[in-house]
Amino acid sequence: MSEAKGDAGRPKAADRPLSPHLMNWRPHLTMTVSILHRFTGMALYGGALIVAGWAAALASGPDAFEHYRALLGSPLGKLVLVGLTFSVFYHLAGGIRHLAWDLGLGFELRTADTTATAVVAFAVTATVAVWIIAGFAGLL
Amino acid sequence: MAGYRTPLGRVRGLGSAKHGVGHFIGQRVSAVALIFLVLWGVYSALGLAQADYAGAGAWMRSPWHAIPMAFLLSAALYHGQLGLRVVIEDYIHKPVTKNLLLILSLFVCWLGAAIGVFSILKVALGGGAF
Repeated sequence: MSEAKGDAGRPKAADRPLSPHLMNWRPHLTMTVSILHRFTGMALYGGALIVAGWAAALASGPDAFEHYRALLGSPLGKLVLVGLTFSVFYHLAGGIRHLAWDLGLGFELRTADTTATAVVAFAVTATVAVWIIAGFAGLL
Repeated sequence: MAGYRTPLGRVRGLGSAKHGVGHFIGQRVSAVALIFLVLWGVYSALGLAQADYAGAGAWMRSPWHAIPMAFLLSAALYHGQLGLRVVIEDYIHKPVTKNLLLILSLFVCWLGAAIGVFSILKVALGGGAF
């Protein structure tokens, strides 16, 4: 292939291997954790708007507030809140991991894998803990 | 038009605007603030989940709650706007769609922050029933 002549004598790019694309990449831990950081970030964008909506409902009076509370307390609302709880803790731990990278720390492959596992473990544990507390408080 | 201009003429005035790292720094600084605000937010949400209208109103009337709440909401939406901007710029390549989405996201964040902070202040400063 490297011998093939380009059209009209134009210099042809060297036949180097292309960077692997998502489609032919074996999924691995750091990649999955990175993608999930972005997803949870997008979920929290919506979460911030839900919090703003809560404040607006409170300011609008008792009827609006009780409606909003009922919405959040419905099965679908609870599912969203569980997802947001996970997103908060995941994005928090992942964000601290990113801040460490900004300081030049934790780039070694072994370390990156370890911290990736730690992010997932922390997010799951903290989410379960929060909802156990919510359960004991009679919120479920 | 461009064909008649020298390479130097074409790039003059289009160089560094000297605030290229603004997005990066803003995202990091708001991230540091949100570490604390978000933990406080989850803690508060657990307490507030049981509160009825009167309880939530009483909670919001304390400056120790209203002020961090306003900070949490503003910092979260600022950080979210910066974050979603990167996502849009990464995946949407059509200039019109991309710019419309960027503007839409900016409007949504400002609107959310304005409504949120106004509502917090209304409850916090309103005193009695409304």
